[in-house]
Amino acid sequence: MALFALRRLLLSIPLLIGITFVSFVVISLAPGGPLDFLTPEDPNASPEVKERLVKEFGLDRPIHVQYWQWLKRAVRLDFGRSFLPDGRPVLTKIGERLPVTLFLNVIELAIIVGLAVPIGVLSATRQYSLYDKITTVFVFVGFATPDFWLALLLMILFGVQLGWLPISGLRSLNWEYLTFWQQQWDFFAHLVLPIVVATFGGLAGFSRYMRQSMLEVVRQDYVQTARAKGLSERVVISKHALRNALLPVITILALALPGLIGGSVIIESIFAIPGMGQLMVQSVFSRDYPVVMGNLVIVASLTLVANLVADITYGLVDPRIRFGGRRGRR
Amino acid sequence: MAPGGPRRGEIRQFWRTFSRNQLAMCGGAVVTVLVFLAVLAPALAPWDPNRPDTRKILVAPSSSHWFGTDPLGRDVLSRVLYGSRISLSVGFVSVGIAAAIGMLLGAAAGYYGGVVDNVVMRLVDLMLVFPRFFLLLAVLAFLKPSIWTIMTVIGLTGWMGVARLVRAEFLTLREREFVIWSESVGAGALRIIFRHILPNAIAPILVAMTLGIPAAILTEAGLSFLGLGVQPPYATWGNILNDGRDYIEIAWWLTLYPGLAILITVLSYNLMGEGIRDALDPRLRQSRVGRILRLGR
Repeated sequence: MALFALRRLLLSIPLLIGITFVSFVVISLAPGGPLDFLTPEDPNASPEVKERLVKEFGLDRPIHVQYWQWLKRAVRLDFGRSFLPDGRPVLTKIGERLPVTLFLNVIELAIIVGLAVPIGVLSATRQYSLYDKITTVFVFVGFATPDFWLALLLMILFGVQLGWLPISGLRSLNWEYLTFWQQQWDFFAHLVLPIVVATFGGLAGFSRYMRQSMLEVVRQDYVQTARAKGLSERVVISKHALRNALLPVITILALALPGLIGGSVIIESIFAIPGMGQLMVQSVFSRDYPVVMGNLVIVASLTLVANLVADITYGLVDPRIRFGGRRGRR
Repeated sequence: MAPGGPRRGEIRQFWRTFSRNQLAMCGGAVVTVLVFLAVLAPALAPWDPNRPDTRKILVAPSSSHWFGTDPLGRDVLSRVLYGSRISLSVGFVSVGIAAAIGMLLGAAAGYYGGVVDNVVMRLVDLMLVFPRFFLLLAVLAFLKPSIWTIMTVIGLTGWMGVARLVRAEFLTLREREFVIWSESVGAGALRIIFRHILPNAIAPILVAMTLGIPAAILTEAGLSFLGLGVQPPYATWGNILNDGRDYIEIAWWLTLYPGLAILITVLSYNLMGEGIRDALDPRLRQSRVGRILRLGR
């Protein structure tokens, strides 16, 4: 098992280097270099500032040297300083935002898995029933609903019309004057809409997947055997079928993660939540290129780590993967 | 199946299965109507989508403005109609780009195997590690936003699913007799790839493309909603929603209608796509053809 984990770990090193390479290529896409957009009217773009930046990023040197310089610092998680007037290190800025995004995504993932597994299993065990049909409709509508639209609709309904829930940020303005429990409640109320929106699409996809995985498993011989032994249907489903149906779900979960994190861009900017996604949008608009690059590298590396964890978990629970030496994807 | 792709009998068989699937037929019908609406938008739109009218700012839906008007007094129905032209063209072109890249790389990986395969598949893994929206935003931060940029960028970040599919098809097909025969009579690699193998792998590619269009439409709408997609004065569903964002308290129609347009479009493409998949090949029913693309979203 340790060998398997080590193998996976080693395989992700070239990917990590690849991440920095792609990110670097993205910067180089800018016609005329990343500083070209700093127009003369821009107060941040005085000749001295430009000169400092050219030096800082080594833009006067050949491209491969630039990449090497940048890589050497990126390895130490040094992505330079923000172009904004505050000029704070990129890593500090990301560090403030990362916990918020991680927190939201972990909660979303937990809710998605917690709801999708029973939904999927129920529709698989009652294939073609009314319940199955209703969930299928829900799945297709869920796939087709743009998250930002759903967010706006819920804001109109629960925020504006009914006035039940706050629609922006994570805290009310009067946060400091609230008692401890009121603060908790306030925080919770702010989370409801973003989390409902973020889980909606993922829930649809995931319960569909769970249903299919379950349908495949219940046809297997060992499930028939369990039934033939005279076990109750409940035991057959929950003990023999479900465990095996859950296996491929681990991989799908890892594959779906980038999508979920990518979704934070929209959710966070609609609900004004101070996370990575909002930071990304803000820095794209202010052309704060060190922050954009740092963000990209960090988000991709996090996804890579999550994939690695999923791969190893899969190897842990399914010996076929470990000894077969093949990837956990079919 | 002999080289040369699907035959007439298979097409008839496909149609028979497809037309029995009511949901897929509904999806197909709506898609057809939507394409017509987009093509005929200039003739159908009751107002000029870009002409502001200061006397009619934020008018609620009425008989003269079915979908109401926006903060500049432009007719929302006309803007939604014109927006469908942008959405559909972004969908088609970006999926075309993605499919072309995916086919080339997937074919090379599956046919040549070895180092080529390894390089291509690692590249696929690499691209899949990036959350798509972050990558798109990073690229768009440095480029001038235009409809062509958007199409290209969505295409360039969406080819991985097709590449995987094509590779998998090539891996099985290249061991088949007709390929081995062609090789033995001295057919060149390019000829074998494009004349013999690719036509036989076309079914899953078509399915992937049909399901890729709605995904691309959603992505474009999202980018335009953030203000980083297709820029004004062009009306797109995403930027109408963006315009409506500041007025959600007084003008719900700016939010409701363009969003419904997206929902209906994406839903009908998905229904049609799944129907095509089921009809083309029952084996694909359980496969991850659709899922691979969806998850990239």
